[in-house]
Amino acid sequence: MAKILIIGEHDGKTLNPSTHKCVTCAKGIPDAAISVLLLGADTAVVAAQAAAIQGVTEVVRVDRPENAHPLAATFAPQVAAVASGYTHLFGPSTSFGKDLTPRVAALLGVPQVSDLMAVEGAHRFRRPIYAGNAIVTVDADPARLLVATVRVASFEAAPIGGSATIVSRSLDLALPTHTRYVGAHSGSTDRPDLQTAKRVVSGGRALASAENFKILFALADKIGAAVGASRAAVDAGYAPNELQVGQTGKIIAPEVYMAFGISGAIQHLTGIKDARTIVAVNKDPEAPIFEVADLGLVADLFQVVPEMTRLLGG
Amino acid sequence: MKKIMVCIKRVVDYNVRVRVKPDESGVMLEGVKMSVNPFDEIALEEALRIKERGTNAEVVAVSIGVADTQQQLRTALAMGADRAILVQTDHPVEPLTAAQTLLAVAKKESPDLILLGKQAIDDDANQTAQMLAALWDRPQATYVSKLAVDGAKATATREVDAGLETIEIDLPAVVSVDLRLNEPRYVKLPDIMKAKKKPLDVIGLDSLGVAASTWLKPVKTVAPPQRQKGIMVKDVTELVDVLKNKGLL
Ligand SMILES: Cc1cc2nc3c(=O)[nH]c(=O)nc-3n(C[C@H](O)[C@H](O)[C@H](O)COP(=O)(O)OP(=O)(O)OC[C@H]3O[C@@H](n4cnc5c(N)ncnc54)[C@H](O)[C@@H]3O)c2cc1C
Repeated sequence: MAKILIIGEHDGKTLNPSTHKCVTCAKGIPDAAISVLLLGADTAVVAAQAAAIQGVTEVVRVDRPENAHPLAATFAPQVAAVASGYTHLFGPSTSFGKDLTPRVAALLGVPQVSDLMAVEGAHRFRRPIYAGNAIVTVDADPARLLVATVRVASFEAAPIGGSATIVSRSLDLALPTHTRYVGAHSGSTDRPDLQTAKRVVSGGRALASAENFKILFALADKIGAAVGASRAAVDAGYAPNELQVGQTGKIIAPEVYMAFGISGAIQHLTGIKDARTIVAVNKDPEAPIFEVADLGLVADLFQVVPEMTRLLGG
Repeated sequence: MKKIMVCIKRVVDYNVRVRVKPDESGVMLEGVKMSVNPFDEIALEEALRIKERGTNAEVVAVSIGVADTQQQLRTALAMGADRAILVQTDHPVEPLTAAQTLLAVAKKESPDLILLGKQAIDDDANQTAQMLAALWDRPQATYVSKLAVDGAKATATREVDAGLETIEIDLPAVVSVDLRLNEPRYVKLPDIMKAKKKPLDVIGLDSLGVAASTWLKPVKTVAPPQRQKGIMVKDVTELVDVLKNKGLL
């Protein structure tokens, strides 16, 4: 029988939906008992949320003041200590999970499989390589604990309705002090979160300034969409880094993705492959984005975006 | 800051459109242009800037790979690395093995800082820096877009899902770099000539006492499912109509 431990992601108040998606991935492994591990200063609230996910049988809490901020160097020895006795350790392919899980794997002396996109067996998975230009099926050694990150765009969130037991663990571990949290900065607003939004309005280099990007925000607000950006737009300072979509930004799977003035470089397309519907507006009829778009319009975005916003106004 | 180690991987150039082999045994690499992993180039650029800012640190470029990886190390030397080490092997290297190998080199070299890309654009694993930091029992700062070294400490700004996060780390440490850290310099012809005279040591993976793991076996490699080409609309009104009819707006 498989015993799967999922590292839950949270901010102390809310469990990140990436955790629910990891649960769905874990459910793909036959005959699995699924536990969620939460580290934090006080995980009472998020533990209750994790216990309510269908399919989770146990929630393990490790509360200590050093866990107030998720530093991989501090978290990894604790996760490694809890992980013994499990057959699989999963974390989300978010900046939190990607930072932490390889450090845990190395402490345990075991390999990691990154970005699981499909489960074919307890130790057989599919994952993307070369920016998604190829999909490889990997067999991992069943004799060892398997560490993996879960490509969250590939899985639906597991529903609520469970009632797992919650246990608290105190670990007798000296934690390193060589890594210290200083602060965080976020340019984001109360708009929908890019990674979970059903609709995304996204802009590229063609927007030409941060000021111009505001026309996308206006459209997004009208339809309750999150805003995304290409790397070129972020590099040029038109949009904050957390809006970047693609191989090195966020991999997203909204119901509709609207790309304005984005050429469709392979590294960008990697981030939107799983979008249900892709809409592209570009001046250039030869732009590669039209190869993947479900709906294309050859036009100037500076006319299209305000016009759309107006048409959707009434 | 006396010494900076920069880890470099030889990968298929990012402009190449990779194709899978008909027998599904992998991707086609024959005759394909190979380059320094773009993230590692940024790592090297950062090392050179720290050196040029007056620390005068020695910059050592290290790679693990086939004999031809010497080409990428020569590029690193031309960019400005002082010397290079190739740990040669003909076999694919799993991230854990890469980290163990780099640790063995780090133990010999005792760098104050190890810089490397946050991921390699071939297997996109995003593991080696974190694993190396764990095995070395030192701090890690991943996805770094700003780095300030100050004596025995460094302050790193990291690109995370929520925005930017700043952490302070004691040196020595491992730093994995993101795209916005800097823009790598172009290599000039005289630098390429000079690089030919710089030291490049080749050692065998076995000589480091690392047992390469083969715990992850690729079973088959296939092309991703293709999206159907869609329809073109003539104007904004039609676009909005179609989206509304599909229930998307
Ligand atoms: C290692 C690596 C990783 C990368 N990771 C990412 C990533 O995660 N995400 C990402 O996005 N990129 C990434 N890139 C960069 C990628 O290769 C492209 O450079 C980038 O996506 C281009 O952004 P763009 O489409 O906005 O700009 P461009 O390619 O310059 O395209 C601009 C488009 O706007 C159109 N246009 C211009 N004016 C108008 C107008 N008025 N109306 C309508 N259309 C107009 C043009 O026809 C053009 O198609 C990465 C690159 C590398 C090397």
